[in-house]
Amino acid sequence: MLELDGLVMNFDGFRAVDGCSFRVGEGSITGLIGPNGAGKTTLFNLIAGALQPTSGTIRFLGEDVTALASHQLFHKGLVRTFQIPHEFHKLTVLENLMMVPPSQPGENLLANWFSWRRVSSVETEVERKAYETLGFLELTHVAHERAGNLSGGQKKLLELGRTMMTDARLVLLDEPAAGVNRTLLRKLETKIEILNRERGYTFILIEHDMEMIEKLCDPVICMAEGKVLIEGDFHAVRSNPQVLEAYLGETAGGAA
Amino acid sequence: MEILGLVNYALFMAIFIAIYALLALGLNIQWGFAGLFNAGIAGFFAVGAYTSAILTSPAAADRIGGFELPFVAGWIGAMCAAALVAWPIGKICLRFRSDYLAIASIGIAEIIRLVIKSEPVLTNGARGISSIPRPAGDLGYMESQAAYLVIVLAVLVAVYFLVERQFNAPWGRMMRAIRDNEPAARAMGKNVEYRRLEAFIFGSALMGLGGALFAHFNRSITPEAIDPMVATFLVWIMLILGGSGNNRGAILGAAVVWIIWSVSEIATDRLPHEYAVQAKYIRLFLIGLMLQLVLRFRPEGLLPEPLRGDRRAAPTERDRS
Repeated sequence: MLELDGLVMNFDGFRAVDGCSFRVGEGSITGLIGPNGAGKTTLFNLIAGALQPTSGTIRFLGEDVTALASHQLFHKGLVRTFQIPHEFHKLTVLENLMMVPPSQPGENLLANWFSWRRVSSVETEVERKAYETLGFLELTHVAHERAGNLSGGQKKLLELGRTMMTDARLVLLDEPAAGVNRTLLRKLETKIEILNRERGYTFILIEHDMEMIEKLCDPVICMAEGKVLIEGDFHAVRSNPQVLEAYLGETAGGAA
Repeated sequence: MEILGLVNYALFMAIFIAIYALLALGLNIQWGFAGLFNAGIAGFFAVGAYTSAILTSPAAADRIGGFELPFVAGWIGAMCAAALVAWPIGKICLRFRSDYLAIASIGIAEIIRLVIKSEPVLTNGARGISSIPRPAGDLGYMESQAAYLVIVLAVLVAVYFLVERQFNAPWGRMMRAIRDNEPAARAMGKNVEYRRLEAFIFGSALMGLGGALFAHFNRSITPEAIDPMVATFLVWIMLILGGSGNNRGAILGAAVVWIIWSVSEIATDRLPHEYAVQAKYIRLFLIGLMLQLVLRFRPEGLLPEPLRGDRRAAPTERDRS
């Protein structure tokens, strides 16, 4: 579904991503782990079109999408979340979700003046879907808050909520668990599984919570210094000596 | 006689407030909805004023036009011309970050002013265009003023409802989202460049309409009227004071600032002649001071941006914090 081939990203001589190649199969949940500064988020920015790679190609659903911008990729079914929450801070939480569905008739100036009936019937449907998502995320009580007033964890949930407002094919989740409380985290895992199984979403997941990676992800890819260190199932990756050295280090020995 | 004078003054003031409210609504679309720092309002105002003047004034020997079209055609033409001028400007300048856009738009407005001032065939250079017909202008002086106020208010009310509809609609929501967080709006599939251009053109068309209403009220338009102080910065102060992101705030701001601006003129005119000229600068100082105070003590304006979303739900207690 997604094929990366020799991706390189230079920032003023600093190689954040250094020749990354891997494939993501349809319907999989791929875990992306690695130490801070390994280039995981930069890789997400490249895949999502927020950055243009220095060299290399990205193919999505069999099509070369290397040069496409992020809004074009969204319309092809690629949705991402941000590690640092990017909420629309002056919009209400409900509006943050309602703005997501693509090609709403009300995004046309003339439609709002001349076919309001159609616009509002779509709005009612979008609003129902947004409330459903809020209900799942346990955010209904803050539906009419400005999103900027939410706590850090609630903003992370809102990020995830946005991916649920559209028919995505591939979802890039950048540390969805960071700052989210444990009980909600387990729920979140379940929701990712449901989206994966029932709605056929493919996921790539950057996460430092090894429990979540173990539970959800197959395969797991470990990155370090802009390169793919190893790819395989969770246990193979975790017991790999290079991964232990570069990332998990003594904590893995202590925790295991 | 005194009372008639006061009534006349009030009419005069109300017409100006309505015209400025149109400009402030246009700016609110650009800044309040879309976060575009347009500091070239005077340019679009001028394009609208001159377009309508050329389309509606009687034929003149020494320049192109006038075409003696009905005023409605002039006003629609003014909006179209301002939009047409905004399109290439937006195409080029909206790629800049907001502070650069401000500088670029000031420059463009100044270019437009200089072209109008030195161009003889279309805009009649420094002499400008006169004998622009005013709708209901055949009536007696007072009746004509009153009738024009009614027309201007009708235009303002119509524009207010059209703009307010967009604010609540998915279009306005999308624009505010782009304003709040551009990368996230892109990631959610919104074509940020295209949408910004839309907002820029929409707002500029309203500024053009404001210019046209001004030209027909004065029955003439000269390059003197395209002063960046009164046609650009005063409008900015109106929007910031009234509350950017709030259409009613934009109208309220236009009223408050114009009343202060115009009453302060009466005050300075009463001064002995040798001080009156200097006192004019005090008015600029007062307006600047007012802007500073608003930014310091009430940056969200008199009427802050309202919360949207589900209009059926009552706001919760925390919404008001």
